[in-house]
Amino acid sequence: MSAPAIQETGSLAALLDFCREVTQDTEFGEAKRWLEKHPGRKAFGCFPIYTPLELIHAAGMLPVGVFGGGNQIEIAHADSRFQSFVCSIVKSTLELGLTRRLEFLSGMVFHSICDPARNLASVFQRNFPEMQIEYIHFPQNFQSPECVVYLESEYRRVLHGLEQLAGHQVTAEDLNHSIALHNRIRAALRDLYRIRAESPHLLSAAETWLLMRVGTLSAPEEHLQLLEQALTEIPRRATRPKDRIRVILEGSFCEQPPLGLIECLEEAGCYILHDDFLQGGRWFTGDVPLEDNPLRALAESYANRSVYSGVKHDLRERKAEHLIRSMRETKADAVIFLAAKFCEPALFDYALYRRAFDQNNIPHLLVEFEEKAWMHDRARSEVETFVESLLFD
Amino acid sequence: MAKEELIWPDASKGTPPKMEAGPPREEKKSAYQGRMHLLQKEMIGRYYERLTAAAEGKGDKAVYMMISGNPVELIQAFDLLPVYPEVNALQLAVKKQCLPYILQAEEMGYSIDNCAYVKADVGMYFGGRKTPFATIPKPDFILCNYVGCNVYLQWFEHLAEYSGAPIYNLDIPFSRTASGAPTAEDLRYVVKQLEEVIEICERMTGKKLDYAKLQRIVALSGETGELWSEIKKLTRRRPAPFDAYFDSVTMMAPLYCLRGTEDGLLFFQEAYREMKEKADQGEGPLPEEKFRFVIEGPPPWPYLRTFRDMFSRWGAVAVASTYSTVGGLWEFGFRHDPQRPLESIAEHMLTWNLTNRNFLQRYQQIKEYMEAWDADALVIHSVKSCRLFSAGQGDMREYFTKDLGIPTLLIESDIEDPRYFAEAQLRNRVDAFFESLEHKKLLAQQKGRGGNHP
Repeated sequence: MSAPAIQETGSLAALLDFCREVTQDTEFGEAKRWLEKHPGRKAFGCFPIYTPLELIHAAGMLPVGVFGGGNQIEIAHADSRFQSFVCSIVKSTLELGLTRRLEFLSGMVFHSICDPARNLASVFQRNFPEMQIEYIHFPQNFQSPECVVYLESEYRRVLHGLEQLAGHQVTAEDLNHSIALHNRIRAALRDLYRIRAESPHLLSAAETWLLMRVGTLSAPEEHLQLLEQALTEIPRRATRPKDRIRVILEGSFCEQPPLGLIECLEEAGCYILHDDFLQGGRWFTGDVPLEDNPLRALAESYANRSVYSGVKHDLRERKAEHLIRSMRETKADAVIFLAAKFCEPALFDYALYRRAFDQNNIPHLLVEFEEKAWMHDRARSEVETFVESLLFD
Repeated sequence: MAKEELIWPDASKGTPPKMEAGPPREEKKSAYQGRMHLLQKEMIGRYYERLTAAAEGKGDKAVYMMISGNPVELIQAFDLLPVYPEVNALQLAVKKQCLPYILQAEEMGYSIDNCAYVKADVGMYFGGRKTPFATIPKPDFILCNYVGCNVYLQWFEHLAEYSGAPIYNLDIPFSRTASGAPTAEDLRYVVKQLEEVIEICERMTGKKLDYAKLQRIVALSGETGELWSEIKKLTRRRPAPFDAYFDSVTMMAPLYCLRGTEDGLLFFQEAYREMKEKADQGEGPLPEEKFRFVIEGPPPWPYLRTFRDMFSRWGAVAVASTYSTVGGLWEFGFRHDPQRPLESIAEHMLTWNLTNRNFLQRYQQIKEYMEAWDADALVIHSVKSCRLFSAGQGDMREYFTKDLGIPTLLIESDIEDPRYFAEAQLRNRVDAFFESLEHKKLLAQQKGRGGNHP
C-alpha cells in the first residue's frame, strides 16, 4: 500500500487505515520501500524530540522517526543495558537496534534532551559501529544573543557530517527547498490542530496522532499530499459534538502513549483540544523564513519562534504560562498531564505546573503511562472519575 | 510504620544471619582520620559560617551554582559567596536529615522517580533552610552552569520560580565530536557567555571586574589542581596511601567550596604532604591491601560508612573513582591558566570534567584507571537519582566484562534517598564478588607456582 493509492479511494477512513498500518509496522516498511525506489540514497534515523529534518532531506536522505517500539515489540535484550528506572523509549529504541530492525539506516541523530537519551547516543555508537551517530547539543541559553550564533555553527557541523555521508555538498538552495517543503507540512499540521481546537468533534486526538506519526516514517513529499487530502476531507465529516469536557494535554513530548490510551482518554469523556504529541514535527509557531543563510534562519527560528517544550528551558517565560495561555485560547476546562513513566523532564515540569494550576484554580489530573502498555483500564477509570467530577460539580 | 522508621529507614532490617564464609570480621573503623581531615572540618566549617551569615543578612551575596565544571573563579573575583545545592543535599544525606525533606517535596508533586538531590533541596528550601551544618541563604543570583546534567536545568529553574531570584543558564555544549574535543565555536560561545556573567556580577556588586585579581584567583585554582592531580597519582602506588573513593570525598569539599582561595590552596598543600608521607612509608587506609578496585558512580551518601565497610572487610581499596572527577579532570592534565583566565575556565567547563563528557569517554577514563592505577576489578555503583551517571551502565558492564575481560560488579542504590539502600542485598553481592575474585587470585597464584600440574 502506498499514499497515491489512498488518493484514489479518497476517503478519510482509508487514509487513517493507511496511517495505522504504517505506524504499527516496526519493520519500517514505508521507509524501506522508499530506499528501494531511490537506489543509492540513504535513510537517517531521528530520535525525539526535534530534529532539523531539512538538513537530512537537503542532503538527499530520508529522515526516519525512530521513536521507540511502542507496544509492538518485546524488550528482551535492552533491559540488561538500561536499568529498570530508565524510561521505556530508551530501551525499546535500543531493542530495535539490537534486533537488527535499524540496519536499513545509515545513521541516527540524538539530541541533548535528557540524560538517558544522551547516554543512549553513546551506547548506539558502541553497539552499532557501522552507523553514523550524530548528536546535536541544542542551546539552553535563550537570554543571550549568542544562542543563535552557536546553533547555526552546530547545524553547520552536523550538516558537514551529513554531506560526507551523502557524498556531495548541500547548497543554500537545497536547504531552502527543504525548508519550504517542511514549512508547508508544518502549516498543514497547525491546520489540523486548529480544527481540533475549534471543532474537536471533527477530528480526534488519536486521528491527529496517526496523521502526524505517518509523516515521521515516510517521505515528506508524500506526507504533505496525505495531509492536504485529509484537510479537505475532515470538514466534510458528519460527526456531531458530544457532551465532553474540554482538556489540554501535556507531558507526552518524547515517549509516545499507546494509540489505544489516547483513544481511551477521549472515550472516557474528553475532547483533547491541544497536546504535545510528536511536537518535533510542528516545532515552529510560523514559517521558517527563506533566507540566504538558511542555517541561520533555522537557528533563529529555534530560538525565537518555536513551541514550548519540556526539554527547552526558555527562561523568558515562566513555566506554566504557555499552558495557561493555551487554556484561555481554547476555552479548555482542565489539563491532563500525561507523562511517560520515569520521564524526568516531564515529571519535573509537573511539580511546577501543579503549583501554577492550584494557584489559578485549574482542574488537573496526572496520568502516568508506558508506551508498551496494552491495558488502559486504570487510566480510563481515573479519567472517567475526573470527567464526572467536572461535569456534575 | 513507626515514626522513627519514617524519618530513617533501618537499612539492616531483614539482614540474614552473617555467614561463616568470607574474610575475618574485624570491624575496624576504616575511615581516615588525620591532619587533613581536621583541616577540612575547620575550613568547611568556616565556609558554612559564611553561608549562615549570608542567610542572616550579615554576609555576602549568594550565588547558587552547580558543582560540575563551574566558573567559581569569577564568583570569587567579585567576592560573592558560592552556594552549592548539591553539597547541601549531600550533607543532609550524610547527616541523615534528608528523608523528611524528600517526602515533603513528593507531597508538593515531585515524583518518586525524580532526582532525590533536588527533592531534598526543595524540601529544605520550603522547610526553613535551617540545617545541622548551616542556615542556607536564599539566592541573590542563580547561575545555572549546565554542564552535562539536564536535571541541573530543571533544578535551578524550579529554585528561580520559588525564590524569584534572577537566573542565567550558562549553556555548555556537550562533548560530541569524534575527537571528543570542543569546537572553536563551542569555546567562543562559552567565553561570550562568561563575559555576560561578568556584566551581571558587575551590576550586582556595583564594581568592575578586577582582571588582575581574577588572574590571581585562576592561578590559585591552577596550583590547587596541580596538587590534587599529584595526590590522585599517589594511589598508583602499592599500597595506595588513601582510598580514592571514600577518602577523596573529604578532599572534594575544599576542592569545590574553596577553589580559588588561599585556604583552598593551603588545604591541598597540607593534604599532599600528608598523603605523600603515607605513601613513602608504605601506609594505606587498611591493615592490608588485598584488592585494588576502580569505582564508577556517586556514593550512597546516606550510608557511606556502611558501604565503605562492605569493601574494607575484604581488604579492598578503591584506587581510582570517576565520582571524584565530577568537578574536574586534573589528573589527566588540566590546569587553570592565569594568562588566559576566561578561556581556561571555559575549557574546564567544556571538556575537563566528567559530566560534560560522553558515556564512551567515561569508558575510556575507567579503562585508563584500570591500567595505569593497576586495578583488579571494577565496581559500578548505579544510583537511581543520577541518570547522567547511571543510565546505560549495563552496557558499560558489558564492555568491561565481555570486551576487556575485567571482573565487574554492578550494584544499585541511591545517592540521596535512603529508601533505596538494601544493605543485606548489597552486602551479599559484594561478598559474592570478592569471594570469587579471591578464588580467581588463588587459582592464578597456584598456576603461577605450577600447582595445577601433578
